Amino acid sequence: METNQYLGIFIDESNENLQKVNDGLLDLEKDPTNMEHIEVIFRAAHTLKGMSATMGYEDLTTLTHQMEDVLDLVRNGELAVSAQLLDILLNAVEKLEEMVGDISAGGDGESTIQPILSQLKAIGEIEESADEAVTSTEDGVNGQLTLDSFEETVISQANSEGLHTYQLTIQLTDDCLLKAARVYMVFGILEKEGEVIKSVPSVETLESEEFDHQFDVVFVTSVNEKELKDKIMKVSEIKQVNIQPIKSVNDHEETDNKEMDRTPREQASKEAPNNSDKKRKQSANKTIRVNIDRLDALMNLFEELVIDRGRLEQIASEMEHSDLTETVGRMSRISGDLQSIILTMRMVPIEQVFNRFPRMVRQLARELQKDIQLDIEGAETELDRTVIDEIGDPLVHLIRNSLDHGIEMPEVREKNGKNRQGHVLLKAYHSGNHVYVEISDDGQGINREKVLNKALENQVVTPEQANQLSDRQIDELILASGFSTADEVSDLSGRGVGLDVVKNTIESLGGTIEIASEEGKGTTFTIQLPLTLSIISVMLSTVGSETYAVPLSTIIETAIINQDEIVTIQGQKMMHFKESVIPLIFLREVLDVPDSNNAPDKESVIIVRKGEQVAGLVVDSLIGQQEVVLKNLGNYLTSIFAISGATILGDGEVALIIDTHSLIK
Amino acid sequence: MSEVSKEIKVIVFRLQNEEYGVPIDYIGSIERMLEITRIPNTPKFIKGVINLRGIVTPVIDLRERFGMETSEYSSRSRMIIVQIDDKEVGMIVDEANDVVDLREDAIETPPEVIGSVDTDYVRGVAKLDDRLLILLNLDRVLSNEEVSQLSAVEK
Repeated sequence: METNQYLGIFIDESNENLQKVNDGLLDLEKDPTNMEHIEVIFRAAHTLKGMSATMGYEDLTTLTHQMEDVLDLVRNGELAVSAQLLDILLNAVEKLEEMVGDISAGGDGESTIQPILSQLKAIGEIEESADEAVTSTEDGVNGQLTLDSFEETVISQANSEGLHTYQLTIQLTDDCLLKAARVYMVFGILEKEGEVIKSVPSVETLESEEFDHQFDVVFVTSVNEKELKDKIMKVSEIKQVNIQPIKSVNDHEETDNKEMDRTPREQASKEAPNNSDKKRKQSANKTIRVNIDRLDALMNLFEELVIDRGRLEQIASEMEHSDLTETVGRMSRISGDLQSIILTMRMVPIEQVFNRFPRMVRQLARELQKDIQLDIEGAETELDRTVIDEIGDPLVHLIRNSLDHGIEMPEVREKNGKNRQGHVLLKAYHSGNHVYVEISDDGQGINREKVLNKALENQVVTPEQANQLSDRQIDELILASGFSTADEVSDLSGRGVGLDVVKNTIESLGGTIEIASEEGKGTTFTIQLPLTLSIISVMLSTVGSETYAVPLSTIIETAIINQDEIVTIQGQKMMHFKESVIPLIFLREVLDVPDSNNAPDKESVIIVRKGEQVAGLVVDSLIGQQEVVLKNLGNYLTSIFAISGATILGDGEVALIIDTHSLIK
Repeated sequence: MSEVSKEIKVIVFRLQNEEYGVPIDYIGSIERMLEITRIPNTPKFIKGVINLRGIVTPVIDLRERFGMETSEYSSRSRMIIVQIDDKEVGMIVDEANDVVDLREDAIETPPEVIGSVDTDYVRGVAKLDDRLLILLNLDRVLSNEEVSQLSAVEK
């Protein structure tokens, strides 16, 4: 069956549903008696099962089906919500995520689901073994189909909502060539009109054409018999459609049961109007799904426009023609607005990244035997997709670090007069042209003495330097490369890589990271990120006949100095800047520029920083500040020293963008 | 499938006095010389990057890539933009002005010594009437490893 065109949608929706299940389970843990959570989880799991079956992912279908069975028991009050149950269900969700991930990476979604499957079965069987027999339905029978308990429930629920349930027997013509295709078309029609509860043979079997010419479907719909029949008969090569209404077979036996389990459902349905109200409000905010490629194409076109805008501004200022200048000015403003709209279109809520943390924290807290509560604020804060893709790993690292090194063991916390439960707050917010993400814990804070000793031991700082460090500088040592060493690999935050990796990643995104810590009270990491990576402000400068761009985000200020202000210390040329002496980096030497004016009377210096370090980049002259479109150098040229990318200037010339971080050692 | 050997279309270009060929499938476009921005700290044969209709594209000098004598670019010099895998690179050649059809079975494995190019970079040679055409192995010519290797040496 040709399902490729639906693959993208399938993956998106699966992820959404998995997230719902995940959130639902965590809510359920906090509030185990609230049946509403179970309903949400159940619905999401059910949708997932249906979709996977349609797409032909057997393992996914089997696993979600088993989950559903267990959830059904919980829903019917036959199984209590326990930590063990939640663990197993969360593991199953994790497995499912893994499988969906595999599918989106081009795999077939197959995986070893047996262990988790038997866990699910086991927990289900404790309370229920008789029901199991019903679950295994016989395939390929004519007449009334056997239905398992779940299907029964759905039907009785549907009936109570005034929907019709039918058993359809569909017969294809004997000479039908593309049986699977016809089946697919029939299912297409059915899914538009209602919900397929069951099919015999199974959907997978039908898809692989392993059936004769007839199949049965149990179907819930609001459409009447005749209309349904007409619709299905529109598919060619269908010989006959038989439609029989289904009454719930176990109606009598189940009456008692139903009376009981209707109570929670009625509660749910009482609350349902509220819910749907809420939903209606949400859907008033209309959205459409747009392929990300189209947004990228739009962005590329706009980037071209930005280049021409630059050129026009330049021409207008040269011409000094007032009408032209005015028109160009207006155009610039409009394109500025356009730019912000396009950029916001590419923005996605940071929720996407935050979503995985509650489960991670829960799991880690268990492993560490700590009691930790994660609070999330500002998950709706939006960031450019390119930044979102990169920020996940650093955050994982920082949260692990807070959990492992920040929060103390419950006993220790108690002894120190704190609440047994530790708190970690993950918070995102906008401010100016930046997005801030804060990770704060109420743990033990940074032990500066320990940090300093370790930094000395690992030769990150010299003893002389150590004496002059401020508290803040000591805190920041934990981000220094070479600070974390392999011998303290704990399974959690260790892993042999230090927090310096986090710092590097964030800086490569054009962001910064700061630490504030108070011993005994806790630590806060603040990450500042740019809203977007594709259009940046730079300072253009010339070296010889070449033009280079330095990102404005790294520049402190520019200066022009006389030759005699340059001092040489231990062979290194330096200059005075504020209270200190900073090294000078001569771009004409580092970049090997051929026809640069060597040693003029005055030097132009761009003073840049990398964290706490400051250096002066010496160029021939400064042109000015400009917004440019960041372009990469392609896949042929990778890791060029001191160059992070390129941009196209107004006159069509390519200018290289200096990677100041690699220049400052 | 028929027994007749497949024909491929090949772009023919000149380096010094030799004629080379690249299958047309790999060719994005052929450009006159565009302004090149030098990239510091790269091997000599990498001339820099050009603005190819809004896309920053690296260009290499094919003469220098093969260690031939360098020459000034003339009005006949061309940049052949080739695409291979996910890489797009411009190759500067002395002249490019011909497209020929070549039968696959007319391509022979290269002899040990062929023209001035290392046989590593050659996929085969083909006789075309009285001309000899050297077909390049673009994978090797445009391999990244050499770029990083060479830049490491030059540093």
